Amino acid sequence: MLIGAFVALYTDELLSAVIALGAIGFGSSGIFLLLRAPDLAITQVVVEVITLVLLIRATMVIGAHTAGGKKQLLPYLVAGGIVGGLFIFSVFTLQNMPEIGSSVMDRIDDAPSLYYLLQGLDLTGSTNQVMSVLLDFRAYDTLGEATVIFTAVLGGLTLLRKNGRAEPNE
Amino acid sequence: MTGIYFLILALLLIGVFGVITQKNLIKIIISVSIIEAAVNLFLIFVGYRAGGEAPIITERFADTAEFARLSVDPFPQAMVLTSIVISVSLTALLIVISLRLYHIYGTYDINRIWGEADPDND
Repeated sequence: MLIGAFVALYTDELLSAVIALGAIGFGSSGIFLLLRAPDLAITQVVVEVITLVLLIRATMVIGAHTAGGKKQLLPYLVAGGIVGGLFIFSVFTLQNMPEIGSSVMDRIDDAPSLYYLLQGLDLTGSTNQVMSVLLDFRAYDTLGEATVIFTAVLGGLTLLRKNGRAEPNE
Repeated sequence: MTGIYFLILALLLIGVFGVITQKNLIKIIISVSIIEAAVNLFLIFVGYRAGGEAPIITERFADTAEFARLSVDPFPQAMVLTSIVISVSLTALLIVISLRLYHIYGTYDINRIWGEADPDND
């Protein structure tokens, strides 16, 4: 996935970059499956296919196959500074992280996850506890998510409409 | 074992670097997607429990107490599921906006778009 990320950013062919992004997405789907998150793996595959179709549609317009252009020095300096600062900060933070494999709910008394796992079957009747959290305990989050999707679809339709648009002046 | 966190951090930093330095709108969208993938992976790794089971109750568990002792954390998984769906709508909206810009300016290069929008700034 790291190789995919490098390829995605430093190839000049836009289509190759899009395919490399697909490698990242399907790779993370496989990692979700290894980490015992089957719902996430399924969703990630579906979402990745949609993203790839949209990106290839955006890439296949005439005359936009490559990403050339002269390089400037200033953005690289700024980016190097920001990324370096973030890296130093993150190294100090990650050294205090607990080992992978010791879940948060083992270290905190009365963790909400533990409550969901113990009471989810009785309270919601769902055997899949991810879905019981998503659709019952945290249903307002899902409502907000649906609002976000609706707004995105509405914005996309508004931007791509053909009717009622004034002719550009130039 | 915390080395995996550093790999995820490298993925995140590649994405941040790309958002700042890339000149092509499609490349910037790809960088944003890389950042999203890195953050989702990090949250799932935080909720993972070594040798855990998927958070789905089956006949193999005697009761919910044993299930709660063996299962991985369902809460980050539910939130990351929300995050994945929101990220795809964000990506779709960004693609639509950049397609519209392409129809107007005929290029994805942000320097040339900027140059055409503001003639004084060559």
